[in-house]
Amino acid sequence: MSDTASVMHAHPPVTDWVHDFDHTDPQWTDDPFPIWDQLRAACPVVHTDRFHGCYLPTTYEAVRQIANDTEHFSSRRIIVRDERPELTKNAAPPITSDPPYHKPAKQLLLPPFTPDAMKKLEPRVRAICNELIDEFIADGRCDAAARYTKHVPVRTIAHMLGIPEQDGDLFIKWIHQILELSIKDESQLMPAVQEMSGYFAGHIEARRHNPTDDLISTLMNAKDKDGNPLEDTQVLGSLRLLLIAGIDTTWSAIGASLWHLAKTPSDRARLLAEPELMPTAVEELLRAYSPVTMGREVVKETTVAGCPVKPGNMVLLSFPAANRDPAVFPDADKVVLDRKENRHAAFGLGIHRCVGSNLARMEMTVALEEWLKRIPEFSLDPVGTVTWSQGTVRGPRQLPVLFEKAN
Amino acid sequence: MATKLRIHVDQDKCQGHARCKALAPELFDLDEFGNAHEHGDGIVPAGLEDKAWLAKSNCPEIAIEVTEETA
Repeated sequence: MSDTASVMHAHPPVTDWVHDFDHTDPQWTDDPFPIWDQLRAACPVVHTDRFHGCYLPTTYEAVRQIANDTEHFSSRRIIVRDERPELTKNAAPPITSDPPYHKPAKQLLLPPFTPDAMKKLEPRVRAICNELIDEFIADGRCDAAARYTKHVPVRTIAHMLGIPEQDGDLFIKWIHQILELSIKDESQLMPAVQEMSGYFAGHIEARRHNPTDDLISTLMNAKDKDGNPLEDTQVLGSLRLLLIAGIDTTWSAIGASLWHLAKTPSDRARLLAEPELMPTAVEELLRAYSPVTMGREVVKETTVAGCPVKPGNMVLLSFPAANRDPAVFPDADKVVLDRKENRHAAFGLGIHRCVGSNLARMEMTVALEEWLKRIPEFSLDPVGTVTWSQGTVRGPRQLPVLFEKAN
Repeated sequence: MATKLRIHVDQDKCQGHARCKALAPELFDLDEFGNAHEHGDGIVPAGLEDKAWLAKSNCPEIAIEVTEETA
């Protein structure tokens, strides 16, 4: 008998959210907001025995406390799955790193992602958006998730890394395996990680003979604080991170924004009439439909918001739920396009703030601006179905919309 | 008596969200890592006070201090 057969855990439908929550339950995937309100009203930290034990902080302050506490909460495991994969060195630094290893790994990645660097990239992203719209605008309808919101980040990150954007389907497959399928089927994880590593190893080898001006070369040539080149495993781990984190997340954020504008004509009309609202609108859409939920592993006993928290459990660090906390955001359940004060945590809090936050903001802004210029009037297709991704990153994976045909 | 505002970015708290730079570019500079620092001596020029408060109230890390000084 094979000793590698993976055990699939049953996920019975949740009936008691407060004591038995499950972020892979279809109810959570379809509409998590009432669930978070219910849990927040019950307790600032709830627990489930699923996933070998996992806590969920439900308030903004509880999420902030955990995100800022790297002593009791480790990032060595950041995805809440049925099984806990064995720890590997350099899994995906810096997101999987704790102090003191985190800071040097992160500082290598920060300079290419500053706001100024993003300004230089912006014309290329505008061109990508228009190339995509050209392909379907004459049809009067499209699946915006499959034809538009997915490809904007795929092509952009491929451009930055210096890899062919035609390989996008491969990237999407790996990400689906690592972030979604592996939650319930651990046999999906390692093959995808190994395929990604093999893919990048080939691109690294090619650059040894023909150096290029892209992020792969930047990491290959980077030095640690003692002036030594990085270990190969760190280069590969960080490249895997940039590809994984750069696609599903932004795909989801742009998609959720278009979904909101498709079903909310008043907000769409307002953005068209007042385009200067785009900066606050982007922040508000990030708050209201934050795509990313991270994990932590409890490594030392402590308390969070008065609740005892024990080692051996994971934590589902729901930035999306924090961003719906009415104690911090008045009218938290409403989208307010000109919200003035918006301390949202869509890109995380503390040392693990998303490296790509400036990139994501630029891609979202450009993708929404170019869409609204070409397709100002659009609505959800009443005969189509909107579907959402499950688990770690939430966003529309099917988004059928109707609009007037144009050229 | 005239009062003026002074801003300061706590370097232990700033994580480089860059919200302050987007909202009040005159008052903040970013370093090569994208972390924010107050521009110059942190004195807020007349007319930019609202932007200073806006930057403070949008910082996810609560890293920006705004103090009132009496001239």
